[in-house]
Amino acid sequence: MTGSTMVEALNLALHQAMDADDRVIVLGEDVAKTGGVFRVTQGLLDRFGKDRIIDTPLAEAGIVGSAIGMAIYGLLPVVEIQFDAFVYPGFEQIVVHAARYAWRTQGQVPASIVIRIPFGGGVRAPELHSDSPEALFCHVPGLKVVCPTTPRDARDMLLAAIEDPDPVVFMEPKRIYRAGRQEVPEELPFEFGNSNGEASALLSTARTAREGSDLAILTYGSTVPLSVEAADHLAADRGIETKVVDLRSLFPLDVDAIVSAAQECGRVLVVHEAPRSGGLGAEVSSLVHERAMLDLEAPVLRVTGFDVPFPQFANEDDYIPSVDRILQGAYRVLDF
Amino acid sequence: MGDLLRIIGNGKDVPDHPVPDGLGDKDLIELYRWLVLLRSFDERAVALQRQGRIGTYALYWGEEATQAGSLYALEETDWIFPSYRQNSIGILRGVPPSVILAWWRGYGGNTGFYDTRHFRTGPICVPIGTHIPHAVGTSWAAKLRGERTASLAWFGEGATSEGDFHEAMNFASVFKTATIFFCTNNQWAISTPVSQQMATKTVAEKALAYAMPAVRVDGFDPLACWKATKDAADRGRAGGGPTLIEAFCYRIGAHGTADDPRLYRDESEAEKWKSHEPLGSMASFLERLGVLDASGAEKIRHEAKQTIIDAVTEMETTPTPGLEVIFDNVYAKNPPWMFAEGLEELRSVGQRELVKPLNAPDTQTEEEGA
Ligand SMILES: Cc1ncc(C[n+]2csc(CCOP(=O)(O)OP(=O)(O)O)c2C)c(N)n1
Repeated sequence: MTGSTMVEALNLALHQAMDADDRVIVLGEDVAKTGGVFRVTQGLLDRFGKDRIIDTPLAEAGIVGSAIGMAIYGLLPVVEIQFDAFVYPGFEQIVVHAARYAWRTQGQVPASIVIRIPFGGGVRAPELHSDSPEALFCHVPGLKVVCPTTPRDARDMLLAAIEDPDPVVFMEPKRIYRAGRQEVPEELPFEFGNSNGEASALLSTARTAREGSDLAILTYGSTVPLSVEAADHLAADRGIETKVVDLRSLFPLDVDAIVSAAQECGRVLVVHEAPRSGGLGAEVSSLVHERAMLDLEAPVLRVTGFDVPFPQFANEDDYIPSVDRILQGAYRVLDF
Repeated sequence: MGDLLRIIGNGKDVPDHPVPDGLGDKDLIELYRWLVLLRSFDERAVALQRQGRIGTYALYWGEEATQAGSLYALEETDWIFPSYRQNSIGILRGVPPSVILAWWRGYGGNTGFYDTRHFRTGPICVPIGTHIPHAVGTSWAAKLRGERTASLAWFGEGATSEGDFHEAMNFASVFKTATIFFCTNNQWAISTPVSQQMATKTVAEKALAYAMPAVRVDGFDPLACWKATKDAADRGRAGGGPTLIEAFCYRIGAHGTADDPRLYRDESEAEKWKSHEPLGSMASFLERLGVLDASGAEKIRHEAKQTIIDAVTEMETTPTPGLEVIFDNVYAKNPPWMFAEGLEELRSVGQRELVKPLNAPDTQTEEEGA
């Protein structure tokens, strides 16, 4: 098999960032000796030593808070949160400090940290290993929130997140961590530490995952491949060509990509795994209605997780938007 | 380990101490039965996980004394709050073992959850240390209501790094609640050894900062765990405030079924600790006392096995919960309007089969789970 999985691509990005700049350090629970429970940090200990990749005590407020302190000092910490729901003890540090340091110091001392969070369900895990908390972070001014879906994006966007002076919440859709392989060139996507707008573009733009002009599905994370699969069905069954937009940047949203997809297709479906109310779908739908209302042939609909705790895993496939549910949503938009 | 409270000797150079007051022969046999039941559950659960019949499982092989020993010291009216490591403790209070197994099989609803107030047993707690303040709350409420009721929370030494642990300790000592902080120091938090978890030599000394008494016991000795818990509960119920118990032992097994300890520790060390496991030493102790002979012990083991085999059958003949379970009881009353819509949306596409079998290699190999 050629190419890299997302896990390998993230691992490459960490190696490359740590190579390029000795201020980059990694900290988290079980990241050094075992290389992380998902092995994203594997090999860093051998390569960079224990002062640059650190197994911390079990305390997320401590991890995030001290990473902020290191950033104030001038380092570039990358924090790993072991699983989505375990970020909550660190939430206060993220909200009241990471998000506000740039503002509080009037741009002089941004909290230049990256918080990596493997998130989402579909891996048959026990309670609180499957949350999708991204909307919580999108609601906190001062944070950037991104989510890559392909190995190539994972590598490039992680490098960009580390280079970016602002705090970045880096959501990693763990269900597709190893779902596919893609060529990821060794060559850096931009000159690390000296990028010319390429890095910030990687953190603020959407990607077209599939071309089409009859319907736009706007989505991110592990529902991107499901949406592409649904789009293939629509093409085969009804001759409908669906554009699938992988949002990539959840805050700030790529307003141009969203609005132009809506204008081009006139019909829009938003798909995500997180609960619906107050989720990204509401924000995307609002943007479309505010800016492209006259181009729409149908209201924007949403296919999402439900407003319930992520279920016990025997029923997780009922919760996660399935290809069938996406298709049903697509038909409702198309047949409006 | 010289400073650890220990009662059971090894039948050779380490002498037995007298059975603590309050434990008769019947109690000793019953306590042995509890240990065996926990062990049977644990061994069976590991086997079920290997066969793909339940999901990732957090085993506790060797830690049974910290669970059964402390629980046996409590009254039925006392409250207990387990972490995932004490996942099956409810079965000693009447929760059907099939319910706990169903939880690990990913079942929700009444199939996989139990009634916390009825059993005075907290739900299996996954986020580290977060249940510890609940044990303060129940004992505090009891105190406010003039009831002599204690509460106990089990947690690992890793949990003592979390803020929730320290806030709970402080509340308990400020409000003098009858809370027992039972820390199972098995020396490992996944791959992190206790020496990197804390700079203190012991967990017990953290109690000093909260003006709280602490005691260190041999976590492999069920009678030592019993004695420390009994004293703490009696004192707490009498208004003497909380206690921190450090049960020092070793995590003989992996962190969970998806964890490979060879990546981070020398497994010959775990092998050395294995002989300390509590079931063998308790059985020999009872034999030395003349309380239970080999055939009596064998009968207990046989019965426990059967109980768990029956529970497995029960779990496996219970149908997978229907899709409505994901909306059930999210709110105790008046579910919000969108639940009906969600249910309708799901029904119109039909319930999903589990696409992949449980523990398909590509999804489970590197989960730590719990
Ligand atoms: C808040 C939180 N952070 C991280 C985890 C992931 N995790 C599960 S178990 C564990 C180690 C726990 O060690 P310890 O508290 O010593 O208990 P033990 O597992 O040894 O019983 C970690 C880090 C979690 N469950 N919750």
